[in-house]
Amino acid sequence: MRPAIVALLAILHREALRFLGQRGRFIAALVRPLVWLFVFAAGFRAALGLSIIPPYQTYIPYETYIVPGLCGMILLFNGMQSSLSLVYDREMGSMRLLLTSPLPRWWLLASKLVAGAAISVLQAYAFLAIAALYGIRAPASGYLTVLPALFLSGLMLGALGLMLSSFIRQLENFAGVMNFVIFPMFFLSSALYPLWKMAEASPLLRDICAANPFTHAVELIRFALYGQFEPMALLWVLLALAIFGTVALWGYDPARGTLTRKG
Amino acid sequence: MNMRDGLSVSGVSYSYGSRRALADVSFHVPPGRFCALLGPNGAGKSTLFSLLTRLFTTREGRIEVAGHDLSKSPRAALARIGVVFQQPTLDLDLTVRRNLLYFAALHGISGREAHSRSEEALDRLGMAERADEPARALNGGHRRRMEIARALIHRPSVLLLDEPTVGLDAATRVAITDHVHRLAAEDGLTVLWATHLTDEVRPADQLVILHRGQVLHDGEAGEGVTELFLKLTGAEA
Repeated sequence: MRPAIVALLAILHREALRFLGQRGRFIAALVRPLVWLFVFAAGFRAALGLSIIPPYQTYIPYETYIVPGLCGMILLFNGMQSSLSLVYDREMGSMRLLLTSPLPRWWLLASKLVAGAAISVLQAYAFLAIAALYGIRAPASGYLTVLPALFLSGLMLGALGLMLSSFIRQLENFAGVMNFVIFPMFFLSSALYPLWKMAEASPLLRDICAANPFTHAVELIRFALYGQFEPMALLWVLLALAIFGTVALWGYDPARGTLTRKG
Repeated sequence: MNMRDGLSVSGVSYSYGSRRALADVSFHVPPGRFCALLGPNGAGKSTLFSLLTRLFTTREGRIEVAGHDLSKSPRAALARIGVVFQQPTLDLDLTVRRNLLYFAALHGISGREAHSRSEEALDRLGMAERADEPARALNGGHRRRMEIARALIHRPSVLLLDEPTVGLDAATRVAITDHVHRLAAEDGLTVLWATHLTDEVRPADQLVILHRGQVLHDGEAGEGVTELFLKLTGAEA
């Protein structure tokens, strides 16, 4: 087997073992979207009326509408957390060890992104399973067709997190960016309300939502969950992945964060 | 002995912004030699290690590992380096064996070969029976030994250790220092051991004293290392 593949598999395996060993992290990642599903969506069901919009072919309850958005929320938080761990690893040393491997740095970072996205997908599936038990079900084949959409979206959001971490010197700043990035991305998207609804309130906000890559990740997941393909959403997600990934891999510098050290 | 083997540092400089951390650093460590890189805190040892492991890069100077130019052939050079960082880098949630296998895989070693090398390393450490325990269960000395064994799993020719005895008790420090001296003498490893503790240096070792980013001494340590160190670096020692 080629050394690069051996390293990729090892990084995937390590992340999977760490994930399985950290049940608290798994549960915490699920609690957030479940609260939105069971509490927020139940409360807002009556207040938010939804018309029939693709990919839905009939009226749907609000809980059904927000499930893809909450999958996106899992991917978004996980992508940011994975990147946070890259910052932490950079500070603490284990990332240093990884980077002394005789493999291209971009490959090692890309492997970390792939591993992070794979863990995000597992979490999203766990959430979909609980939603199904709650009665919010997609067509059976949708659970298969949504896989590439979840994975691509997870990669794109992980790359966004890595890009941000590449340009943030210290952890404290990253915590700030979590608030400045995650919440605006989530609320300025189609995760909680369709864009036509947003347009009624403000065409400008609708335009901002439409330019938000997270909106397109959510729509890619939404359509895929119902066995449909949304080419524009895929294009946006791929474009964002290419930009975030390139900037992140170009900008990742282990020397960053050490400028103030005494050496 | 080919002078191109071992570790060569020629005219290396590095700055953090406007602050000069290393200025024209040069020395050569031949194969099988234990070289102590002695310097007070802030001398530039960790910066030099970051350059030697290519975490940092600089255009000023040249680093050769076993004859491979680190800037021109980084992959070939890195493949010949084993490194133990000052900060612990074991994954405490993984087992002892998994830590070894993970690092082997980062060097492209998998399957039977990786298992055989990890068993060999565990036997050498006398830790075969603890292979399936999480690394978290090991004490400080065992963790350091594990890190050294892990750094050797891909059979490098140069071993870099950045203050590896920090935080360890006196007996463990001596045991680890002995262990690495043996690796240099018996296995022909080129060792660069950064420290600020003069009692870790033996008379037969090569001694490089680094102070304020500059090499003040390069030669056999001999007797009276502490006196030499204090004389060259002044009160900061």
